[in-house]
Amino acid sequence: MAAAEIDRLIRLLARLPGLGPRSAQRAALAMLRRPEVLMTPLAQALLECASRIGRCRVCGNLDSRDPCTICSDEGRDAALVCVVEEVEDLWAMERASSFRGRYHVLGGTLSALEEVGPDELGIGRLLARVAEDAVREVILGLGATVEGQTTAHYLAERLRPLGVTVTRLGQGVPIGGELNYLDEGTLDAALRARRPVG
Amino acid sequence: MTARLVPEPATPVAGEAAGAVSRLELAAFRNYRRLELAVTARPVVLFGPNGAGKTNLLEALSLLTPGRGLRRARLAELDHRGGGRFRLRARVETVDGPREVESWHDPENGRRVLAVDGAACRSSAELARLCAMVWLTPAMDRILVEGPAGRRRFLDRLTLALYPDHAARVTAFERAMRERAHLLRSRRPDPVWLDALERRMAQAAVAIAAARRDLVAGLEAELARGVEGFPSARLALAGEVEEALGRMSALEVEQWLAGRLAESRTADAEGGGAAHGTHRSDLLVFLRAGEVPAAACSTGQQKALLLAVLLAETRLRRARAGDWPVLLLDEVAAHLDAERRRALFEALVAMGAQCWLTGTDAELFRPLFGRAAVFHLNEATLREHG
Repeated sequence: MAAAEIDRLIRLLARLPGLGPRSAQRAALAMLRRPEVLMTPLAQALLECASRIGRCRVCGNLDSRDPCTICSDEGRDAALVCVVEEVEDLWAMERASSFRGRYHVLGGTLSALEEVGPDELGIGRLLARVAEDAVREVILGLGATVEGQTTAHYLAERLRPLGVTVTRLGQGVPIGGELNYLDEGTLDAALRARRPVG
Repeated sequence: MTARLVPEPATPVAGEAAGAVSRLELAAFRNYRRLELAVTARPVVLFGPNGAGKTNLLEALSLLTPGRGLRRARLAELDHRGGGRFRLRARVETVDGPREVESWHDPENGRRVLAVDGAACRSSAELARLCAMVWLTPAMDRILVEGPAGRRRFLDRLTLALYPDHAARVTAFERAMRERAHLLRSRRPDPVWLDALERRMAQAAVAIAAARRDLVAGLEAELARGVEGFPSARLALAGEVEEALGRMSALEVEQWLAGRLAESRTADAEGGGAAHGTHRSDLLVFLRAGEVPAAACSTGQQKALLLAVLLAETRLRRARAGDWPVLLLDEVAAHLDAERRRALFEALVAMGAQCWLTGTDAELFRPLFGRAAVFHLNEATLREHG
């Protein structure tokens, strides 16, 4: 029978995505066995993030600055905005290091069943930003899921009247991929997104 | 309750047998605490009393393909009643050699996990490409006389065996349809959002309908060749999207369907669901001689018609994908007269597809003795027969 404090710790850990009761228990015990190495630094980091990290009021990114580091970077093209679902997608784009514009993080995708509509995603804020900041091009970097594609279509329709160029990330043959190994859905997407050579 | 029955095949199963399940292990699955079974690509006969676990074993096999298996059961129903989460492991002989397929109930997220050769399976299509399963169970006895839902499921299962993406497309269509229905019920549905969902539905529906059309055309060609001892079935598709693809290009059908859906918003908001789409299509089955609708045929004839379709499907998968689907025939032999039963057995043996047959009485399978692996099954324990 664990002490009430440990029980609470396990319960709280188990609420995190990807952790169930068993893995939460494992994590809690690992920390309790090596508190100086694993627990205290984690507790400090948690407190620090809780007090200092917030949503960027411009793009929805998570950062200790508001506007965030990317939105404040004068070297980045403010007229080029890439719309992504989540912060991890922004990080993925940044890892690729080939995009020098700015972002807009929706924080999800349209889902009627989960009661996530245009208001919950702050789509109005994106439209206002496009209109006010003289945005030249909006790149839709959304997933190829039903919800991702529905959201992309929705955004394209809402952005069209603003006269901005709307593009989306290419879908199809991955780098290093062989056609023979692609599934029909990917090939279909690649065919639809074909482009002239040269 | 561990049964280790047949030794590993001495020689690897040749390409001729590609598609067969050569090894199956169950843990905490329905009434099985543990089971280990090694078989060859020959037919497998399981006989034993009611409740012995015959259908459970076929169900475990059916879970080696995408979906909820032949009973369409919820995950919790698959776990052993005595406790524990189920786990299945199988070796499948594919055209590219043996692959290990695993599936288990993950308690952390309450989902069914699939893995191939130890790595998480990323998509249902990946698994569907690896092996195909088609089945006939007593629960399907009336699908030719009842409403279209059962026939549509049957059709989509057959389509999946040729189009590994089919299950994902059906899921995408249904997901977009549910989203749209939910949105239509809200106070002031956003028309741009509805447009977007209808486009998604139309895109998925065209892919679904095209795959179904191709499958039925392929089956028709196989059925026309006939199977000795079986009535010849004729198939047709009834569905507006499938029919539209006969006169317009895919892109035109996509636009046309999205338009029809937009027009039916008011009616759909009142009635729920969607007035247009591939979820309303039907598979029509006839007795070729005289064009008799299957619903007008005797129960025995209906069963024979469905079997004729499964046998045609088996040849079609072989011709298209190079391997055989696994046939799961639950309590099928009992409903056929002796002559037709023999015709079925001969067709199965001649084709070389692996087939799992169940029944209460070993005598039914006598013509297969010597040519099939025959097991007596009682209380989740297998014993080799004869």
